[in-house]
Amino acid sequence: MISANLYTYLIIAAVLLVIGLYGMIQHRSLIGMLISSEFILNGAALNFMAFNRFVAPNPAVGQIYALFIMGIAAAEAAIAVSIIIAVYRKFQSEDPEEVQDMKR
Amino acid sequence: MIVYQYIAEALFYAFVALTFMGGFMAIRSRLLMHAVLGLAVSLFGVAGLYFYLGSPFLTMMQILIYVGAVCIIIVLGVMLGNTPDQLAIKNLTRGNLPLALVACTTGFVALFIATVTRTEFVKSSEHIGDMSIQFVGENLLFQYCLAFELISVILLTAIIGAIILARDGREEKTS
Repeated sequence: MISANLYTYLIIAAVLLVIGLYGMIQHRSLIGMLISSEFILNGAALNFMAFNRFVAPNPAVGQIYALFIMGIAAAEAAIAVSIIIAVYRKFQSEDPEEVQDMKR
Repeated sequence: MIVYQYIAEALFYAFVALTFMGGFMAIRSRLLMHAVLGLAVSLFGVAGLYFYLGSPFLTMMQILIYVGAVCIIIVLGVMLGNTPDQLAIKNLTRGNLPLALVACTTGFVALFIATVTRTEFVKSSEHIGDMSIQFVGENLLFQYCLAFELISVILLTAIIGAIILARDGREEKTS
């Protein structure tokens, strides 16, 4: 039963982290980086849930942590998208290399 | 009984495949809209994994918050931002490819060695409660009440901050 093994979930979470890292380096738009950061957050939440299921004494803690990660991710996405819209309005570009001076 | 177990295992593999394929779609596609679609597919796969970890509540929350809300916000950002064909040309850069591959391989191998071969996770002896929503709600209202209130304050701050940030510089353009 591979679905009832802690290490399976840890490896899946590590692959999610690596996917996020790769996308963060590889994408050249701010929105692509935001998408990649969601993968990293999901890997963390999956780790919390895996340890919650197989190791932790209180099975509610991991669920609450994953829920908080979702809330933080929602807040982060809202803030990041509004920042990206403001940056695009100011610079007419979403390329991080063009906006790195922070002023026009 | 055995047949049901095989079906469950096959579904588990399907959810893992959904997660990974969505992830590869998100990081390899040139159009940002396809990347968001890949993100949604991958998050749906993670929701299935939460179900296998024994929490239907978190599965629903994942679909509701991530697939429903966060992806829609990102789609909004994509549509309000640059035009697609401009982005398609310069979205993915090839210059960083060796750096990205080295960073990802090193990170994954280090994590794999650290978790799978070097660490022994011991299941705690005492066990309280269960995975039910009732128990989660009790914990959320008694033991983790402060964190629960803080997350609502953070969400409120994020909403107000997002409105102020996105509203900035709008009047000059229209008038």
